[in-house]
Amino acid sequence: MTNQPIAPLALFAIDSLLSEEERAIRDVVRGFVDTQIRPSIADWFETGTIPARELALELGALGVLGMHLEGYGCAGTSAVAYGLACTELEAGDSGIRSLVSVQGSLAMYAIHAFGSEEHKEAWLPRMAKGEAIGCFGLTEADFGSNPSGMRTTASKDGADWLLNGSKMWITNGNVADVAVVWAQTEDGIRGFVVPTDTPGFQANEIKRKMSLRASVTSELVFTDMRLPHSAMLPGVRGLKGPLSCLNEARFGIVFGTMGAARDCLETAISYAIDREQFDKPIAAYQLTQKKFADMELELGKGMLLALHLGRLKDQHALSPEQISLGKLNNAREALDIARECRSILGGNGITLEYPVIRHMNNLESVFTYEGTNEMHTLVIGQALTGIAAYR
Amino acid sequence: MKIAVCVKQVPDTWAEKRLRADDSTLDREAADGVMNELDEYAVEEALKLVEAHGGEVVVVSMGPDRAGETVRKALSMGADSGIHLVDDSLHGSDALATSYALATVLAGRDFDLIIFGSESTDARMSVVPAMVAERLDLAQLTFAQKVDVIGDTVTIERLADYGFDTVTASLPAVISVVEKINEPRYPSFKGIMAAKKKPVETLSVADAGLDASKIGASAAWSGVADFAARPPKSAGVVVADDGDGGLKIADFLTNQKFI
Repeated sequence: MTNQPIAPLALFAIDSLLSEEERAIRDVVRGFVDTQIRPSIADWFETGTIPARELALELGALGVLGMHLEGYGCAGTSAVAYGLACTELEAGDSGIRSLVSVQGSLAMYAIHAFGSEEHKEAWLPRMAKGEAIGCFGLTEADFGSNPSGMRTTASKDGADWLLNGSKMWITNGNVADVAVVWAQTEDGIRGFVVPTDTPGFQANEIKRKMSLRASVTSELVFTDMRLPHSAMLPGVRGLKGPLSCLNEARFGIVFGTMGAARDCLETAISYAIDREQFDKPIAAYQLTQKKFADMELELGKGMLLALHLGRLKDQHALSPEQISLGKLNNAREALDIARECRSILGGNGITLEYPVIRHMNNLESVFTYEGTNEMHTLVIGQALTGIAAYR
Repeated sequence: MKIAVCVKQVPDTWAEKRLRADDSTLDREAADGVMNELDEYAVEEALKLVEAHGGEVVVVSMGPDRAGETVRKALSMGADSGIHLVDDSLHGSDALATSYALATVLAGRDFDLIIFGSESTDARMSVVPAMVAERLDLAQLTFAQKVDVIGDTVTIERLADYGFDTVTASLPAVISVVEKINEPRYPSFKGIMAAKKKPVETLSVADAGLDASKIGASAAWSGVADFAARPPKSAGVVVADDGDGGLKIADFLTNQKFI
């Protein structure tokens, strides 16, 4: 016998955990993704291009950029609402969610939390509207999980700063108007607000990616890049500055990955109901149904975990270790779900006619960036034992 | 200018619609409720007119409790305030009763324009805007694909099979719009959050001063005598072409009265 299929997250009654306002915000982003992202995303991915400027303006008009920040033209939503927006954006593509994460949670958050009043007024309203795009330079080619070893330096030259060094894997680098750059100083690690037209700033786009192809990834090179003293972020010194920004972005990923996983699972279920082999739909085989049931459990649990962490964040009670729980689990499970769904789609699963292999390849990056699977494992290990195994 | 936009909550466009077994009315609980799509165009047009000419937009809806979500959606798009007519005794109202109720609520509030979507996706009658205009003794400019307000007059392009008619009336007037007219905006997040704080006047039948004998299923001029579920799709007919495939297809089409 057959009944009407129930959508994966509807079976968990996830909507019952959301306020009307949260659902309204979620629906707006879902509608945006359906009309502005889905029709073009496979082409963007295939050609390795993205109309970042236009998208930023459209996302800015909705209020997505820096949506969870207060003031300076930002919408000031709850953390849960921000997370739900990330879920919908990443159901479209991890590259679009990355654009938004880097803009709002890394670049804007850094300026909002640690910037001077002049920094905030100069950049945040324009960034919220999407008129200015930001990037965030922390990772270097040889310093990923261990950013404290960074080689980029900022030295005093009279009243100015001179920056030298390079940054790697910088999302939005080539399309950015402003970069938040972290560098070693005599005084420890400090952040700098760098207009990208500053002489000595150079961005080189990283090509030949097989993942996040609908996203701009760059190397940033600074050669005797002269900045006024006022370019420094006055509000923070040391690694806790950039790490607190990363916690913001990781929070978005906890939600975002479940969007990619949901899109894969919905695609695979719909495909399996239509696809017939041996005169019956492959959805009618117990092997396929077991795959669906197992993926459903992980998707639902991941979404419940994300919402739990979101509620904690809205109560200002979310710890970095708890974000690690979510990032580790949800990136890992989303990648597993994407791979399993790819197998259900068979040969069709390897084409961009379906979103699954695109999500699968994207999630390889999401699995690694913003704290690798290994680092989040060790953070949780440290929390449970008190012993830092990576030192 | 002061503009009223009448909006209706309807079952999600893509959901399977069902009638209730007890009174043969639409089962509004069986599917998610959304703002009737054409009403989004009406809201958008009102917002654009107010952005160009100044004024305020009041969104008006008649419907059960959860139609309040649709009022809030219009507020989150940018409307200034809402009026929600909600009363159990309105259940089962037909188009005549609906137009009576809406016209009673709208009367005496000094609206310059009253804008509707040209039809709802559930009832699809397209008559309520005209009925409201008649009841209020206002000019009706229906099926507008373009609206211009200059001074005290409003001019529309009325969509027709052969193109469009240009129709002009003096304000106040009633307009219904078709989907060609604009591209409705998404509510912005700021709009969504501000919508919570905008005033919504909730009216019962008594508050609105409606005559209870003119509304609800018992006052309806027509009723559903009986209904049946659509039969499931039957398997198609496979025509094997043994040189006479064309004839067989022609026979099939003749039997189905297509040719």
